[in-house]
Amino acid sequence: MDSAINDPLIQIQGLNVAYGSQLAIRDVSVDIPAQQITAIIGPSGCGKTTLLRSISRLTELVDGVRVWGKILFDGQDVYAPDVDVTEVRKRIGLLAQRPFPLPMSIYDNVAYGPRLYGVRQREALNAIVEKELRAAGLWDEVKDRLHAPATALSIGQQQRLCLARGLAVEPDVLLCDEVTSALDPISAQRIEGRLVELKTNYTIILVTHVLRQARRLADYVIFMYLGELIEHGPAEQIFQHPQHPKTRAYLAGELY
Amino acid sequence: MAHNQNLRRLKDRSAGHVMGGLTWVAATLVIAIGLALLARAQPLLDLQPLGSLLTSSEWSPLRGQFGFFPFIVGTLAVTLLAMFLAVPPCLLTAIYLAEYAPARLRQSVKPAIDVLAGIPSVVYGVWGTLTVVPVIRDYVTPWVSRTLGFIPLFRADNPTGYGVLAGGVVLAVMVFPIIISVTEEVIRAVPFGMREAALALGATRWQMIKTVVLRRARPGVIAAVVLGFSRAFGETMAVMMVTGNVAQIPRSIFDPAYTLPALIANNYGEMMSIPLYDAALLAAALVLLIVVLIFTIIARIVLAQAIKSAA
Ligand SMILES: Nc1ncnc2c1ncn2[C@@H]1O[C@H](COP(=O)(O)OP(=O)(O)OP(=O)(O)O)[C@@H](O)[C@H]1O
Ligand SMILES: [Mg+2]
Repeated sequence: MDSAINDPLIQIQGLNVAYGSQLAIRDVSVDIPAQQITAIIGPSGCGKTTLLRSISRLTELVDGVRVWGKILFDGQDVYAPDVDVTEVRKRIGLLAQRPFPLPMSIYDNVAYGPRLYGVRQREALNAIVEKELRAAGLWDEVKDRLHAPATALSIGQQQRLCLARGLAVEPDVLLCDEVTSALDPISAQRIEGRLVELKTNYTIILVTHVLRQARRLADYVIFMYLGELIEHGPAEQIFQHPQHPKTRAYLAGELY
Repeated sequence: MAHNQNLRRLKDRSAGHVMGGLTWVAATLVIAIGLALLARAQPLLDLQPLGSLLTSSEWSPLRGQFGFFPFIVGTLAVTLLAMFLAVPPCLLTAIYLAEYAPARLRQSVKPAIDVLAGIPSVVYGVWGTLTVVPVIRDYVTPWVSRTLGFIPLFRADNPTGYGVLAGGVVLAVMVFPIIISVTEEVIRAVPFGMREAALALGATRWQMIKTVVLRRARPGVIAAVVLGFSRAFGETMAVMMVTGNVAQIPRSIFDPAYTLPALIANNYGEMMSIPLYDAALLAAALVLLIVVLIFTIIARIVLAQAIKSAA
């Protein structure tokens, strides 16, 4: 069952996460392949979000969280004491379940990250904004109102804006937490389409409740249950020949 | 069953009526007070229009001169100085409490700040007289006049310690609680997802606060400051005890000042045999009521909108 990955970009090793005294992730170890879409699946509350956010050290924003174990990113432990957490988050982007546009214009949302990293020239910013809005499939809809407040967009457009904003800092990895669950079917399809295109350049880790979405998109699958990693492997293997009885039960819709 | 439902509906409706009624009583009361003040002030207003009362500097009741200008300047000077002293530390405290302080600390500091708000203003006045005034008299005035005395604003012609600065300091401390707690609340109303979005892009905490939280909370912060301003503007007792109460336009922060509320509180009921004196004091009360009301209403509207748009 242990199918070693050739060049893992992220190696999670003995990871534990506790909210107060409650252990949400128990001793999880798994490698995540580069330039593929990895889907984390499992019933509600099994720790998918927690595992995902731990990768870019966002779980620690919650009061009273403890994280131990290692997450190697490009061979470097992101939890090592001398690591600059902003650098980690720059290289590992997040697309959240609900879009949260920053309280500024569409343009400034996309330019937010580049500005943090010191890009100041108007032309350079203009080029980044256009490129990433195109990559997120939003350019044609907003090119005439770039300086309107981002909150004026529809939810589906906001989610694509958040995608563009995340891409503008040029991360290597994109963490996606149920990114289509707040969207209408058409908007969801658009985001899915973008993700498939983006995997040639990015490593994408995707949490999803929708098994059909995982089947459509995933190259690699991680199945979690009650904070534990139950099974992981290439998508065909997990979906066609699940080894563990719990995985089988979940795929058959018998485990919640 | 049906009976039960009717009863419930009746209760529901009557509860609504009672609460609505009480709200109207409160609102009507304010209007009634305003009208009563206007009626009593009318004899003076008939002789001298409000505009000239507000801009005239001569206050000599015995000669029938009732110029409010020195009191208006006095009130504004003390209030603005208080805001100048209070706003920066209050904002920093609120940001610290909302963004940096561990939950435990926040939960123990917030009630303490609310207790500050409950201290009777005469106690602040006593503190001002016993502590603030002597410190200003013995240390601040000599030092500032030696170093900055060439600037008119810091000229020390009044060595007593009672004056604009003492009033400003006492008032600043009095408005701390309201500014801090309202600001802290509007800052915390900024959604977690929005903070997380900025942090996930690689912003440091301070970058995130500066570019996202403060921008988002700005209307609410402004409302908090305006609320503090209207609270300070109408404050009577504590200010009256430390500002020296001389009816002249203060030129320096050490000069004595006389505020509108202090004018009314000090003189109402005395020397009422002077013609129109009573009308003048009530006109002052009317001006005060209108200003405070306007500022409070503006602050509430801005605040309500800030909270609505943050949620
Ligand atoms: N902020 C938090 N504080 C305390 N406990 C939390 C917090 N977030 C998550 N948990 C707990 O950690 C466990 C894992 O939660 P997590 O959100 O990671 O699950 P999930 O698989 O993403 O669930 P869902 O599919 O419903 O989104 C749950 O038991 C949850 O109650
Ligand atoms: Mg989740």
